[in-house]
Amino acid sequence: MDTKKTTFDSRLLPYLLLAPQLFITLVFFIWPAAQAVKSSFEREDPFGLSTTFVGLLHYQRLFEDPNYIDALIRTAVFAVSVTALSMVLGLAFAAAVDRLTRTGRVYTTLLVWPYAVAPVVAGVLWWFLFNSTTGLMPFLLQKAGIRWDHDLNGTQAMILIIIAAAWKQVSYNFLFFLAGLQSVPQSLMEAAAIDGSGPVKRFFTISLPLLSPTTFFLFIINVNYTMFDTFPIVDATTVGGPAQATTTLVYKVYQDGYLGLNLGSSSAQSVLLMMIVMVLTFVQFRYVERRVQY
Amino acid sequence: MFKKLTLAAAALALSATTSLAATEITWWHAMGGELGKKLEEIATKFNESQSEYKVVPVYKGSYPETLTAAIAAFRANQQPAIVQVFEVGTGTMMAAKGAVYPVYKLMKDEGESFDPKSFLAPVVGYYSDTQGNILSLPFNSSTPILYYNKDVFKKAGLDPEVAPKTWKDVEDYSKKIVSSGAAKCGFTSAWITWVQTENLSALHDQPFGTLENGFGGLKTQFTFNGPVQVKHWANLKKWQDEGLFKYGGPVGGDNAATMFYAQECAMTMNSSAGRAGVINNAKTFTPGFAPLPYYDDVTKEPKNSIIGGATLWVLNGKDKATYKGVAKFFTYLSRPEVQADWHQYTGYLPITNAAYDLGKSQGYYDKNPGSDVGIKQIMRGTPSPNSKGVRFGNFTQVRTIVDEEFQALLAGKKDAKQALDSAVERGNKLLREFEAAN
Repeated sequence: MDTKKTTFDSRLLPYLLLAPQLFITLVFFIWPAAQAVKSSFEREDPFGLSTTFVGLLHYQRLFEDPNYIDALIRTAVFAVSVTALSMVLGLAFAAAVDRLTRTGRVYTTLLVWPYAVAPVVAGVLWWFLFNSTTGLMPFLLQKAGIRWDHDLNGTQAMILIIIAAAWKQVSYNFLFFLAGLQSVPQSLMEAAAIDGSGPVKRFFTISLPLLSPTTFFLFIINVNYTMFDTFPIVDATTVGGPAQATTTLVYKVYQDGYLGLNLGSSSAQSVLLMMIVMVLTFVQFRYVERRVQY
Repeated sequence: MFKKLTLAAAALALSATTSLAATEITWWHAMGGELGKKLEEIATKFNESQSEYKVVPVYKGSYPETLTAAIAAFRANQQPAIVQVFEVGTGTMMAAKGAVYPVYKLMKDEGESFDPKSFLAPVVGYYSDTQGNILSLPFNSSTPILYYNKDVFKKAGLDPEVAPKTWKDVEDYSKKIVSSGAAKCGFTSAWITWVQTENLSALHDQPFGTLENGFGGLKTQFTFNGPVQVKHWANLKKWQDEGLFKYGGPVGGDNAATMFYAQECAMTMNSSAGRAGVINNAKTFTPGFAPLPYYDDVTKEPKNSIIGGATLWVLNGKDKATYKGVAKFFTYLSRPEVQADWHQYTGYLPITNAAYDLGKSQGYYDKNPGSDVGIKQIMRGTPSPNSKGVRFGNFTQVRTIVDEEFQALLAGKKDAKQALDSAVERGNKLLREFEAAN
């Protein structure tokens, strides 16, 4: 990849051009993050009337709390499941639509629809479908001999939020994979076809490796999505229950900070969550990216 | 068309001038739907009754959302004059001494007459400090009662006019109902925390926590893992396994009402404020109303039940004129006719004795059987320290913990003793944190 170098006449101009973006980043990202770091070392009553510095107490408490460790593991399971499920389905749909010549556009539009649905609405939809008293799915599952009750069964509750979270993300992944597939050079495919390899082999030996930048990008986006943006889905379907079976890290931040008004511990949790995502992104760029062919 | 527009413009101009002259009093509340409309009607009537002050109600979402919004606003110095806070937030508000303008003090400062004795004792006791001073104005209070389906009772061969009195009755009736096929389940319950744990403890005179259930100070410890609570939770698990009891979900237990309306469960226990909902939804059956059941081997005379709902807190940092208006508005709110209207429309308890008496003289309770079950239940006997109510810090989270442990019990992961022990232990940690932060 060549780098383009632009030279500015004035030394001030590049900084001026960057200023709006820098300002927004400072006000909306850096400043709140700094506030969170600060309050994670403090103990404060909700109204902010008395504040004491407590050092690393909140962090220490968190790591001694089995509930927090459980939430950490649960989040890992959730993130991996949602990412895997939504990426595999997104790719499968993209590969299928890519082969269509005439109806492709119609399918594309239909498949992108779920992405336009607000997460909380998606959560409510799945909550309705799987409601153990009035829902359609438990009624059908009962006929198959499965008793569905995610109000009490933690595993079922987890499956429910994985499905709901993945459903929304499939559209996004689908769109990127489809664009990736369409930019695979036709000449390569034709050459392979002439050499006698079938569509499946062509997909795995040509399309998939060429898609690796897209896959890498989506991987990071999806992990970030499950870490932060799945809050409305959890809140609308399971409220973190039963018995914390679906309380992910981000949901716990909300519960302790917003409902419990324990701002110190909640800030400490946000800081940890931020660090986890930073480390993950770093690892992904450092190691996974090396295997990616651009 | 043009005429309409001019009219609208004139109306707008008129309202603009009146609101310019009047001192605005912002009131953040958490009453959605029908309740919200009724609340706005009250504010409008107050505004029409005088011209100096204008109360502006603002709906801020659920109870926790309203509380958090008010706290955030206070920190940013943008707080409303009045905020409606639910009963589990009472501990938080009481501890925030610098943020709250106690109602008894406000009324004294503004020279409004305010007599604690005019309020129903169990209601006002919940919101007073240890010296008996009322810190927030009771507004909407309710207490749990038993609802049952008279038609299902008939089908099961039970007398529809006789509601179960004891838990033994509930069990026997449920068995008959399920075995006769009159309904799929005997009973369900909303609010496992509030109804089946806090009120259960009060009814049987069992301490929920030390220091008079937390009324005596922040050093309180939870004690709701006593024999009566353990026995009751163990029974609920047993009845669930036998198909007599069905779980209605965490927090408010939204599915409980659904199962009762769908006639899947013959009985449910829920807030007395759920009465209007039951009457609206029970289109195909006749509902019955009764006090909560009790264990007659523990007590022959169950104590009063405890209340839930919300009160109005006044926040610091406003000017004198605003507080004058707040005091006037509170006096208006406490009027018997205003209170009786709100109580009869919503199903919340009448807050003052005068409102209760007014309802009686209007013949309201005779015309609407069952509408005074809750009132009688909170007024019966002499309240003990165990039945005055509960007051703990971080109580929203404690309730979440109790819900989680109850789910663990029903899922068979823990027995009743283990679940309650663990709830007490986890809850005590939160109490210590609250103590340290305040």
